[in-house]
Amino acid sequence: MAQHVLEIRNLHKSFGEREVIHGLDLDVRKGEVVVVIGPSGCGKSTLLRCINGLEPIQQGEIFLNGKSITSGKIKWNLVRQQIGMVFQSYDLFPHMNVMENILLGPLKAQGRRREEVEAEAEALLARVGLLDRKDSFPSQLSGGQKQRVAIVRALCMKPEMMLFDEVTASLDPEMVREVLDVILGLADEGMTMMIVTHEMAFAKAVADRVIFMDGGVVVESARPEVFFETPQTERARKFLNTFQFREVRHCLDEDDEDCLP
Amino acid sequence: MDIDYIVAHIPMFGKAAFLTISLALAGILLSLLIGLACALVRYFRVPLLHRLIAAYIELSRNTPLMIQLFFLYYGLTRVGIMLEGVTCAIVGLAFLGGGYMAEAIRSGLDAVGRVQIESGLSIGLSRLQLIRYVVLPQAMAVAVPAIAANTIFLIKETSVFSIIALPDLMYVAKDLMKEGNSNESNFMLVVSYLVLILPVSLFFTRLERRMRRAGLGH
Amino acid sequence: MLDSVTSIFLSGRNMSRLLEGLWVTLEISIISVLLSMFLGIIVGLMMTSKNRLLLAGTRVYLEIIRVMPILVLLFLFYYSLSKIWGINLSAMSVAILVFTLWGTAEMADLVRGAVTSMPRHQRESGRAIGLTESQINRYIIIPQAVRRLVPGVINLTTRMIKTTPFVFFINVPDLVKVGQQIVEITGMRNVMASFWVYGLIFLIYFIICYPISRFSLYLERKWES
Repeated sequence: MAQHVLEIRNLHKSFGEREVIHGLDLDVRKGEVVVVIGPSGCGKSTLLRCINGLEPIQQGEIFLNGKSITSGKIKWNLVRQQIGMVFQSYDLFPHMNVMENILLGPLKAQGRRREEVEAEAEALLARVGLLDRKDSFPSQLSGGQKQRVAIVRALCMKPEMMLFDEVTASLDPEMVREVLDVILGLADEGMTMMIVTHEMAFAKAVADRVIFMDGGVVVESARPEVFFETPQTERARKFLNTFQFREVRHCLDEDDEDCLP
Repeated sequence: MDIDYIVAHIPMFGKAAFLTISLALAGILLSLLIGLACALVRYFRVPLLHRLIAAYIELSRNTPLMIQLFFLYYGLTRVGIMLEGVTCAIVGLAFLGGGYMAEAIRSGLDAVGRVQIESGLSIGLSRLQLIRYVVLPQAMAVAVPAIAANTIFLIKETSVFSIIALPDLMYVAKDLMKEGNSNESNFMLVVSYLVLILPVSLFFTRLERRMRRAGLGH
Repeated sequence: MLDSVTSIFLSGRNMSRLLEGLWVTLEISIISVLLSMFLGIIVGLMMTSKNRLLLAGTRVYLEIIRVMPILVLLFLFYYSLSKIWGINLSAMSVAILVFTLWGTAEMADLVRGAVTSMPRHQRESGRAIGLTESQINRYIIIPQAVRRLVPGVINLTTRMIKTTPFVFFINVPDLVKVGQQIVEITGMRNVMASFWVYGLIFLIYFIICYPISRFSLYLERKWES
């Protein structure tokens, strides 16, 4: 049996009266990349936030490396050190430069040695192509650069797994790629990840498994080529269709070769 | 206007100005401490205490310093609490300023976005570390303009200290007026306050500009 | 204890004198606020003009008022300027004059802020749907400016009320002055007089200012969303 980094059993989450996740089960293997997609309001972002303890849950259990992080007295700051998270909105601390942003967690929360962490941070920054910006402040960076730094900041904690919550949703189109490439690189290295995204091509490329959520439950769970080619449910087909456009414009000219029937 | 008269009385005004600025400094520093403590209590909604603090803030912000001083200095002696002039002035100014500073800092705290807090949490900071390294630095930067306005307001408010028999600038000026030199003493009064407040005002203007350039605050 | 309270407030004309003092306090505040609003709008609009002389002039005026304690201004106008100009103003008139000078500066700054913080696209989108300039002002600019102004104006009002005790220094018979006189007279017989009288005045100020500041907060929150 493959080792599960994350196990979720019968998770229920509600905001007041409204239940947004109804009894969700999910296992994530070590090194697996799980992409979560679904219409807005389906509970996919909430799922990530529950895993990181940013939202209290009403019922169910979550295990990280076999240990429950939902029952008993949980030291959330210690749990969160093992789970890296990157958010949709640029979440760098505006009063610190890039290096200070990255060092804060390892130095203060983990109490590690500065020289060691700094060397690691520089290596990671170099990898995402931002070593020359280590003294810049967030206000001097582009959106794509900020998100790459946010990823480095999370990685520098040496997490067991990473959560990405629509990290490219507020980016200008030309900056999306540079961020997604970093995540693709992580996948190649075997980082365990859960990714919420609306970039379908990226989902197809990066995922080991695609999870389609709707109405607070997992509707489909399959390998990406299976899910995108032959979705099993009507709901998934409908959702995928919203990303398709019929090419009507060319068809005004009947001799056009591009014109499809 | 009699220049010689003015020159002759410079040391006297200097001494009074020193008293004014010392009292203001003490009162304002205390105000900031009280304000910070109150703002944090309100921010974390510490049970019971935060209601008490809310009441204090409303009380201090909705009553004039002069009346607070009258009550502290003349009223409380009657129920056995004796405060001497200097103590009374500092306590009064801190009581007033604490409420104003608390509001200024709290609005700064409120301006720190939820995402900032969540990303601080997600890198495993404890509550205390989160406040110290992420929330407070940003909140204080946002609060600078309000703190600046409060500081200048509080320095100006010190002008009433003569009612509790402290020999401050107004006290000295009033004394000289009794000798019939109202123009000269008023002139010195205006100059003294300009010398006291203008540098503070300029300092804060610069600070705000620097903060804005650094992309902090609003 | 009750005896000591009643002997102060029910003896002679003490209570009605306190009320008269309160009225003087309110009179100064109300008249000054109304005058300040009127003059402040004019000066505030001057501050948004492009005339450099006008800008510099209003700027200097605003800064001087900002820096000077109101008490110093009261002294200046009461003891010196009336002498220099040879006009003899009553203490009450000086109080209203100084409060209006201060209020006008504050109001002008509020007006300037409200006008300049109006996003330019508001006017442009008004033009885009074919409104005339005066229609744009009437339906788009002024209603929004008023919303931005009102909380500030209310706030200014409470600040004025809280500053009125300063008129005590130029012998205007306001609430504080009357209170002090009562303490002086009844204090001979009743040692608790200063506690009760100043305590009551403290309470009166709170009872007046607290609802007004709550109202301002309510409006701010209502209009924010």
